[in-house]
Order: sequence, then structure tokens, then C-alpha cells
Amino acid sequence: MSVQPRAEHDERTYDVIVIGGGGAGLRAAIEATSQGAKTAVVCKSLFGKAHTVMAEGGMAAALRNVWPEDGWDVHFRDTMRGGKLLGNWRMAQIHAQESPDRVLELEEWGAMFDRTPDGLILQRDFGGHRYARLAHVGDRTGLELIRTLQYRAIELGIDVLMECNIQRLLMDDGHVAGAFGYWRQTGRYILLRAKAIVLATGGAGRSWRVTTNSWESTGDGLRLALEAGAELMDIEFVQFHPTGMVWPLSVRGLLVTEGVRGDGGTLKNKDGERFMFRYIPEFFKAETADNAAEADRWYEDKKNNRRTPDLLPRDEVARAINSEVKAGRGTPHGGVWLDIASRRSADYIKRRLPSMYVQFKELADVDITKEAFEIGPTCHYFMGGIRVDADSTATTVRGLFAAGECAAGLHGANRLGGNSLSDLVVFGRRAGLHAAQFAAAQRAPGAVDPTELDAAVARMRAPLERQGGEDPYAIQSDLQDTMQDLVGLIRTQSELDEALVRIRSYRERLSRVSAPGAARYNPGWNLALDLESMLTVSEAVTRAASLRKESRGGHTRDDFPKADPEWAKVNVVVRRTDGELALQTEPLPQMPAELSEIVTGEGKATAAAAPHTT
Amino acid sequence: MSEAVEPARREATVRVFRGEDRASGGFVDYTVPVDPGMVVLDVMFRVQQMRAPDLAVRWNCKAGKCGSCSAEVNGRPRLMCMTRLSSLPATEPITVAPMATFPLVRDLVTDVSFNYEKARTFPNVKLAPPGPDGKRRMYQEEVDRVQEFHKCIECFLCQNVCHVIRDHEENKAAYSGPRFFVKMAALEMHPLDTHSRVEMLRAKHGLGLCNITKCCTEVCPESIRITDNAIIPLKERVVSEYYDPLAWVKRRIFGEKEPAAPAER
Ligand SMILES: Cc1cc2nc3c(=O)[nH]c(=O)nc-3n(C[C@H](O)[C@H](O)[C@H](O)COP(=O)(O)OP(=O)(O)OC[C@H]3O[C@@H](n4cnc5c(N)ncnc54)[C@H](O)[C@@H]3O)c2cc1C
Ligand code: SF4
Ligand code: SF4
Ligand code: FES
Repeated sequence: MSVQPRAEHDERTYDVIVIGGGGAGLRAAIEATSQGAKTAVVCKSLFGKAHTVMAEGGMAAALRNVWPEDGWDVHFRDTMRGGKLLGNWRMAQIHAQESPDRVLELEEWGAMFDRTPDGLILQRDFGGHRYARLAHVGDRTGLELIRTLQYRAIELGIDVLMECNIQRLLMDDGHVAGAFGYWRQTGRYILLRAKAIVLATGGAGRSWRVTTNSWESTGDGLRLALEAGAELMDIEFVQFHPTGMVWPLSVRGLLVTEGVRGDGGTLKNKDGERFMFRYIPEFFKAETADNAAEADRWYEDKKNNRRTPDLLPRDEVARAINSEVKAGRGTPHGGVWLDIASRRSADYIKRRLPSMYVQFKELADVDITKEAFEIGPTCHYFMGGIRVDADSTATTVRGLFAAGECAAGLHGANRLGGNSLSDLVVFGRRAGLHAAQFAAAQRAPGAVDPTELDAAVARMRAPLERQGGEDPYAIQSDLQDTMQDLVGLIRTQSELDEALVRIRSYRERLSRVSAPGAARYNPGWNLALDLESMLTVSEAVTRAASLRKESRGGHTRDDFPKADPEWAKVNVVVRRTDGELALQTEPLPQMPAELSEIVTGEGKATAAAAPHTT
Repeated sequence: MSEAVEPARREATVRVFRGEDRASGGFVDYTVPVDPGMVVLDVMFRVQQMRAPDLAVRWNCKAGKCGSCSAEVNGRPRLMCMTRLSSLPATEPITVAPMATFPLVRDLVTDVSFNYEKARTFPNVKLAPPGPDGKRRMYQEEVDRVQEFHKCIECFLCQNVCHVIRDHEENKAAYSGPRFFVKMAALEMHPLDTHSRVEMLRAKHGLGLCNITKCCTEVCPESIRITDNAIIPLKERVVSEYYDPLAWVKRRIFGEKEPAAPAER
């Protein structure tokens, strides 16, 4: 490496920095500030534009406004079962118990959810939830969530460093000391010194071709955590949402909210058959309607009817659609039909699903109030992520916390719709709280080693200085094809092996990547740097998928089609040692007996198991 | 369906603004292959992949939900991700320019920090305490009205088009613009909010400078009726409350809503 004068950089010091301006990051920053910590939020895009803004259907919380029978225990049970019993029981318990308060708090800060006739927060049906449980605002719940938190953060005077991309965490003796990155608008470098750091960087679905995720979802937080010495867990579990748009090509992958089915839409194959009745797994037989009449009655009368199989957990529905298409019963562009037009009035559809109506009308020339439309699976959500302590969200690295989609545990092998937005605020708050407490116990941020900064700058500058090297867009495109074709919804050993070989070749190409132009708002350069995270995460997913020789939730192996009770006992954990990823299995934490009873029973807590119910 | 209305366009020529300042920069033509159904943002991606890897474009959701990709397409302020090629004439190049009202960063990206500064200049909601049963009640009819304003994706196209600041840089200090009139209308019409922002709207946010041209409403991608539903009611409040401070107190005490809001509870 040539010796260069030390690069100029901006420098700022905080108690807590939160990397990520989505729901989790903003909620963490609000809490840390309320605890008295001097806090900043850093985000790659503009303030208020994080991926959370796209969330549609709603946030799950047992508010009991629509179904008094609901309760934290039922929500806990649904979450554990939806996650195929691989979730962290303590996180699922905390999440179910605290989410109602977090929703009400949003209302306090200005959120306006849709209402029941009695003036309370209305709740909607979603897959895998026993009762209508999702607080929502039409089909733009994420926008309401992020705007509410954004203006709350403004009210508290929190510093927001936007269009600022963090590329490296800095360590002092095994403890986080800061973060280093660059401003996208100028290309200038920035050093943030801090006593504690919260990672809230969201998911990593950008590495797939057909995806609901934006350019931001490159999994930076997962790479930063690994490099700092923290661990990933459950990373093989990637959720493919059953209903993405498939046509025209330019919108392929764009999400169609589960709310369409929650509000009465149903899936059909090319013969018009409601095929989901043929795909009800044993595990959910007792609670799922096996005929159309009962399924249709369920929307109105949940007590005396079982739920429609259209609303089975997402992994089941995505696999069913895949099988229908493979069997030649798909639609012209390789999906299946989703039909709400023949089942609900145009008025109802426009009121309940306004942005879906506009999205199809403007981007696909389809009027969803008049005709069925084509949908198919799309890469959507990372169940896995950074391994954290359930109560404090602490990683194994001192001073480093993680919350939101980048953290693992709550969702196990499969996430229920609506459980992410509630996850963000429940664990975002806890991350902010514990990071602030951690920071308060430190006298000053750790020391920063200038040679580490030099190394970071050299790495970041390299693509700009190199000429005629590999094209970052081409590497990204090849990676997306590989992950889509070989590490998608259905996996098999030979394909996973092939994927790994290809990922290694992309890594080699990345070492020769070049980005023409200057550092000022240069997307080619930005991508060249983000590819590092994409490749690290893709390798972790592929190797974990290859290790787990069974099918469970978001991980389906063609060569091991059944769930294996032995694999039900372990998580796959990923670490980084000597620059290489190392994987191993570790036993699941033991669930207390009174909680196991809730999971196996009807979901009613005994008094002993419900100390927090109010 | 899409095939029917789409002209058989195989490639498109876009005339894109390139440069770091408006004086020295200029338009560059790129011709790239296109597929049916494409939006202008797709074409920008093609340009990045095939011609100009460093072309600065801001985007996130590519679904009209985040408000990042605002630009002026054929002279009209629009979201690039919601502008179908089929909606533009196939016979001439498509011009794509950065928003004019904000300082240029590079190419199609502008510095929109003006808006983020304005966002810090008024108080957030402060709700009245919950009812006797510990619950807060609001009714769908009341909520509907405010939800229209909550649809705002902060694309700042209305800010870009409003002539009060587009043509008069000097007004920026004392004028918050339509986006923030919408935001303040949402706060003011929140059925449980206890602040009044009326005096502030007049004195600090320059509501009086708006002369109801409705250009903002025309460009709003969320079809928020900015002028009719936000600005005009706010102006009415300023008039009634500025000259009759007790009007606000009365409205709060008697819970009387705007004339348009259904009184039914
Ligand atoms: C279309 C869509 C619809 C959805 N609908 C629902 C729903 O109805 N209900 C539900 O519960 N869930 C839903 N989800 C899932 C949910 O929206 C996401 O899981 C959740 O919003 C993630 O939030 P987050 O705060 O963890 O991260 P994000 O909102 O993804 O934010 C990540 C933040 O980290 C920042 N960041 C990342 N890397 C860096 C870096 N290197 N430096 C600086 N900043 C960085 C980004 O800029 C961004 O601000 C949906 C998801 C999608 C895509
Ligand atoms: S109506 Fe008012 S705010 Fe809207 S563009 Fe015209 S002057 Fe600006
Ligand atoms: S009011 Fe409309 S035009 Fe203005 S910022 Fe909001 S969404 Fe954009
Ligand atoms: S990219 Fe989000 S609105 Fe266009």
C-alpha cells in the first residue's frame, strides 16, 4: 500500500450513535436521548426514507380492541409457532408483552391508526395470527411509523447525519470506540467517536434479483458486526414473500401486501382453483379451514370457523405458489392469480388498499377492483442477523447493540407479517435504553487508532483510484442472479456448492473493482463499497443453508424436504476468525415449562406464566 | 394490458443534466435499450449500467413510497419511479433535470436540507390526556381528514414548484412552503392536539405569502389537496383567530371541529 498523507475527515463525538434511520434506529435514538445520552442517528439515505417507509400492512400487537380473546400469550404462541419453534422464547415473550404499549406510545406521538367504530385502534387479519391483531393505516403503515418517529426525533433535537455511509467500526481493546465512513453528498470522510453503538441497519435482500428490498438493504450492519467480533445467527432463514408483482418486468418483485389476503383476497391457479386447500401442512391442520365455505365465513366469524389457508404463514404460501407454477398451473408470466375484485366491492378495496390500487393502476395498467392480478414469491426479509441478548439487545462485543431486521432471534425460522414493525419499536427502545446505560457507565469514548483510519481510507479510496477494473454493477448483477437461482426459495446441495464457488469468484473480481468519477455523490463508487457487505452476507447465507440439512420455515432443501427434530434444537452461528467465516451449531436456549405449555396448548397463559399481563 | 398501450419502443434517448453546478453543467444524451413497462428511473439505471456509472440519482423504494426520486421530467416535476415511459412522447428525447428550487449536489441530486431545517421550526403534537377509562378515542371521520395529510411522502415536489421560493431565493428564510403547511394542517386538525400554531403560521412560516395558485396541488404525487384542504383552512384560521384570539380557546373548549368535519361521534 502506498504511503499517502493522512486523509482529511470530519470528526464528531457522541455518547451513543445509532447506525440506521429506520423504525428500529429512530426508536433507539429516541430512547437513548430520553435517557440523557447525547445521540446521533446515521443513515445512508435521506431522513425518513429508510426501508421502513415501505411497510404496508401493519404492526402486530395484542391490543384486544377487536378481539378481547387475544392476549400476549396468544401472540407469543403464534410467533413461536410461525417461527417453527426456532425463535428465541424470551424475545418472543418480551415482544408480545411490550408491543401494545409501543403502539399506544406512537399514537401519543401523533400516529393516526385506522379506528374501530368505538374510536379505538382498528386491527386487521394477517397470516399466522390467530386474531385480527395488526394496527394499521390503510396499506401505508410504515410511512406512518417512520414519520411519527421522525418528528418525535426532531422534537427531541436528535442529530441526524443523513446520506452518510458507515464503512467500519473502530475498536479499542475489544470495545467499540467509534465508526468511520463517508458523506455521500461530498465524498468527505467522517469519524464518529462514541461510547456505545446501536446497529439498526435493516436487512440484506438486495443480493437477490427478485426482491422487495431497496439499494440500501446490503447487510452492512451484519458485516460490520462480524468484523467487530460479534456473531450472526439463523442467517439461512430468508423470507420469500408469497406475493410480489411479476409483471411488467420493471416492477417484478415489488410487494403486494398480505393485507390483500387479510381483507378477503384469495389465491387461484390458472384453472381458477383455490389451490391453497391442497397445501395445508399437518402442523396447522387443526386451525385451518379445509373448504372454501368455512374459509369465507372465517372473515366474519372467527370463533366458529378456522382461518383460510390463504393466510397460512408466508413460507407455506410461497412454497405452494412455487409448486403450482412448477406443475404448469401458473399464469402467463409465471405467477398465480390473486383475486380480490370478485370478492369485495370496489369501494372497499380502494379504501382498505389505496396504494395497492394506485401501484397496479400506474405501474401495470391493472385495475385490482376489476380483475385478478399475477403475483409470485419475492425476497423480502432476513429472519437471521446479529445475535443479541434477548433483554438488552447487546451483542457479544462490549458497547455494541443491535435491533430491528439486522438482529436475529425473535422470528426464528419464519417471521409472521406485522411482527417486524412491532419488533422495531419494542427492541429499538430496548437497544436505546441499554446503549444509553452502557454509555453512562463509561468515562469517555475509547481511543481511535489512526492506522485503522488509514487502512479504512485506503480501502474506500481504492475503487476510485483504480482504472479499467471490474464494473461494480456487473458484479452486483451476477451476484443477484446467483442468489436468485441457487440460494432462493428451494435449495439443494449441489446448487449451494456452486453458489459458493461463484461468490468467491465475485470476491476476487471485487478486489479489482473500479469506479470512474469523483467521490461526490457517485453511486458506482458507493455500490463498489457496499458489495463488500453483500458478498459477506451472501457467503454466510449460502454456507449456513448448506449446513442445515433439513427444511424449516424460510429454509427449504429439496434434498432434505422434511423438518428434522435434531435440527430443531440448534441455531447455526457464524463468526469471523482470521478474516474467514466460521460456522457452528449451538443449542437453543431452553424454554420454561409454563411457556412451552402456551405454545403447545391453545395459547392461554396460566397465571404463573403471565406475570406481566395487565 | 400493458402490451396494448405501450408504443413499440425498443430504445429510449434521455437528455440528462450532468454536472456539479448549474452554470458549468449541461445536458448529455444517452440512448439505451428499454423494456415494456419501464419507468424513467429504470432508464437512469440503464444509463448507470451501460454508459455513466457515476450518474448521480437519488432513489430508494422505486414504488412511489419514499419520495426520494423527485426530478423534472420533460419540464414537469415528477417522481422518476412513477413516470412510465409510455406516458411520454416516443418521438423526442426525454429530458431529465434536477429540481430547480434547491442547490445542486450533482447531476439529478439536489441538496434538500432547506426542508429538513423547516421541519424543526414548529411544535409536534401534544395530546389531551386520555378519557376516564384510560383510552384515547378518535373517530374514523376525524382521522380520515388528517390521514390525507399523513400520506405525504416528503418528495418536496410541491416545495420545488411553489413560485414563492422557486423564483425568490430571498423568501426562503421566512417561508416554510406547502409541504409544511400540510404538516401544520395535520397537527392543527388532529382531534386531540392541544397546541395552537396559528400565530406562528402567520408570523414565522409566511402563510400569507401563498397566493393560492394551486401549483403545489397539481404536482403532488399523493394527490393531497394541499391548497383546498390544508392551506385555505389554515388561512381561515389565521384570519379568525388572529383577529379573535378567543376563537381558538372556544374551539378547544367546545370541541367544535372545522365546518367540513362531520360532527357525528
Ligand atoms: C415493501 C415492504 C413491506 C413491508 N411490510 C411490512 C408490514 O406490513 N409489517 C411489518 O411488520 N413489516 C413489514 N415489512 C418489513 C419491515 O418493513 C422491515 O423489516 C423493517 O422496516 C426494517 O426496519 P429497520 O429499522 O430494521 O431497518 P430499515 O428500515 O431497513 O432501515 C435501515 C437503516 O439503516 C441505514 N443503514 C444501513 N446501512 C448503513 C450504513 N452502512 N451506514 C449508515 N446507515 C446505514 C439505512 O440507511 C436505513 O436508514 C415490509 C418490508 C417491505 C420491504
Ligand atoms: S398554492 Fe400557495 S403554496 Fe401552493 S404553489 Fe401556490 S403559492 Fe405555493
Ligand atoms: S405534499 Fe405532496 S408534493 Fe408535497 S412533499 Fe408531500 S407528497 Fe410531495
Ligand atoms: S424511489 Fe421512492 S418515490 Fe421514487
